[in-house]
Amino acid sequence: MFFTSEDFISEFGFAITTSLWMIVGIAGIFAIYLVFSAAFAFIYSLYAKGKEAKGFGSLKTVTFGDESAVVANRIASVLGVVTLFFLWGLATESKLLPFSLPGPFNGTSQFEYTAKNAAGEIDKGTVTFRVSKQGEEVEKLEAPATSEGFAKDDVLMLLERRSKILKAQNNDEGGKNEGYTITEINGQPIKADDVVTVEGADVLFTKRGSFSVRPAEGMTMEALFLPPPEKVWSTFIQLHNEGYQGVSLWENVFWSLARVVIGFALGCLFGIPLGYAMGLTGWLRGWFDPIVEFMRPVPPLALIPLIIIWFGIGEQGKISLLFLAALWIMTIAARSGVSGVNISKVHAAYSLGASKRQILTRVIIPNSLPDIFTGARVAMGVCWGTVVAAELVAAEKGVGKMIIAASKFQLTDIVIVGIIIIGIIGFGIEVLMRIIEKRLIPWKGRG
Amino acid sequence: MSGLIIDDISMTFELPDGGKVEALKNINLNIKEGELLSVLGPSGCGKTTLLNICAGFLAQSEGQLSLNGDLVTGPSPKRGMVFQKGALFEWMSVRKNVSFGPELKGMPKAEMNEIVDHLLDVVGLQDFKEKAIYELSGGMQQRVALARCLANEPDVILMDEPLGALDALTREKMQGLVLKLWKETGKTIILITHSVEEALLLGERLIVMAPRPGRIHKEYNLPFAEMGVGADLREVKKHKKFGTTRDEILSMIWDMEEEIMGRTESA
Repeated sequence: MFFTSEDFISEFGFAITTSLWMIVGIAGIFAIYLVFSAAFAFIYSLYAKGKEAKGFGSLKTVTFGDESAVVANRIASVLGVVTLFFLWGLATESKLLPFSLPGPFNGTSQFEYTAKNAAGEIDKGTVTFRVSKQGEEVEKLEAPATSEGFAKDDVLMLLERRSKILKAQNNDEGGKNEGYTITEINGQPIKADDVVTVEGADVLFTKRGSFSVRPAEGMTMEALFLPPPEKVWSTFIQLHNEGYQGVSLWENVFWSLARVVIGFALGCLFGIPLGYAMGLTGWLRGWFDPIVEFMRPVPPLALIPLIIIWFGIGEQGKISLLFLAALWIMTIAARSGVSGVNISKVHAAYSLGASKRQILTRVIIPNSLPDIFTGARVAMGVCWGTVVAAELVAAEKGVGKMIIAASKFQLTDIVIVGIIIIGIIGFGIEVLMRIIEKRLIPWKGRG
Repeated sequence: MSGLIIDDISMTFELPDGGKVEALKNINLNIKEGELLSVLGPSGCGKTTLLNICAGFLAQSEGQLSLNGDLVTGPSPKRGMVFQKGALFEWMSVRKNVSFGPELKGMPKAEMNEIVDHLLDVVGLQDFKEKAIYELSGGMQQRVALARCLANEPDVILMDEPLGALDALTREKMQGLVLKLWKETGKTIILITHSVEEALLLGERLIVMAPRPGRIHKEYNLPFAEMGVGADLREVKKHKKFGTTRDEILSMIWDMEEEIMGRTESA
């Protein structure tokens, strides 16, 4: 048996079902986002109607299917991002917006229950509850004055989105006697496990006869899951000023970048000559081919456990991991740079009197630069992704370390700041590499 | 013995399946110094193989060849080569490309610059000296290739369809340039081409090769190259003998192609 778990079918079935629901949820959010897009597109089309398009492209009658006629509309880009922030704010009760989705219940409400005592008499009691934000200063509800009848009133203090259990009969006369039962909530007959929705809360009548009061959650996200944008911004400012756990934000960024740069540089230092060697001699190509082809598809992250066993969690471990991440990419890039040289160029150089050494330095190396640069761009991207992941496993400093440490205290805002910074830096690396590429090898793709 | 002497050269390629292809069989050619020889033939007749052997990129299976008495055993700056395309160094400017050979020889800078300036004048690219290769049109790139080859002062210039990738008008202009360079420099030139007209215009001597095995089928001595120097090439083409020779060669090549096709069909 491949699948030793006897519950495999049900386990797998459960995974499929929950995934399906998740997909439905994602599709729903995406649909909302698309509706915004469509609405803006409509408004934009009204705005653009009278305006005359300029340039050669505007004279094209065939644009559908002509890839060159599809140019990213920068207005759409800006609106797309703004909408994203708008929806984010809307779902998190952002103070930046004058309105938002209905939030969780906050305030005081009550419901009434009907009880029957052992003697068969019937009486009504009132449960008053007050829901407040975490950390919010509110007046405690006072214990109710004694009322007539055997069912005494109760009070309950709640936090937003946090349920609490109340055993209402505890203070009732004869409430602990056998035969004492609660029969109704707000006049609605109940039995065990029934849920009654009252103003401001859902009340579950448990098997043991208590009320589990769950305050209404509203439609917004709890800050624990997704803090509002302004909170993330203020966290960023705070991190910028004070750092986190004694390490400043930029020190974390610096350490991550330093690891990437050193690991990448080492990868180039060894990978490029290795690639050249593999491109130039059949023996070395044969010698290293199995290793390179085997190591290339192994994701660097899969090596983390081994690296930790070998080098511990110090810097050597992380740098050697990044070195391995960059090494194979650079080797393959350099090798294909050598293989890609047009034989005419080599022949031409030989018949102009070049020696082997001159062929290497003046033809093969410059000719391989475009391929090496493409490899370098990929390697930088992979290294950046790998360093963050490696820091998640073990590090003292670094952006990845910052977010994993924050996640342990459920400081979602710091996690989100970290993710945004990681994204921006990754994007920045790519842009920088492109600029350098344009400067250094303007002939790329035009040979 | 001066000139390029091709002495009974054969070339046999072995195929991976054990078969053999006779790319060239018993080629004998004696190319005098300063001669302009054009080589014509249907595809697969071994023209390029012959040129690569002359350049020293391939070793012949049998026979030998010598240039001015020296046996050819590998590439040498004495035998310059002009390729169809893609042989220029994109990472260098036009000037750097042309000075590539002289620089390898360690020529003093002043002298080198003089040569480069002169050659760029000859090919009409003086204004493009500092431009990058990819900024030039196809015709201009071939001018650079010619200048680069000439800068090295080779004894023989081997041209492998140098104008094959150009459009008809540019090609005509370049044909005039090749003739001018030939006359001015007095170099020995071997030019391979697919175009019968080009072979007639640019060949003092013209050999037609036949395939399977690659061999010399027919040889012509022609007056048109001499006539074309500094003259209008279109006028040369109107010459009566030009027309008759062209038709003769065309039907010759046509028959060869027919024969190949027939063979492949029956096979």
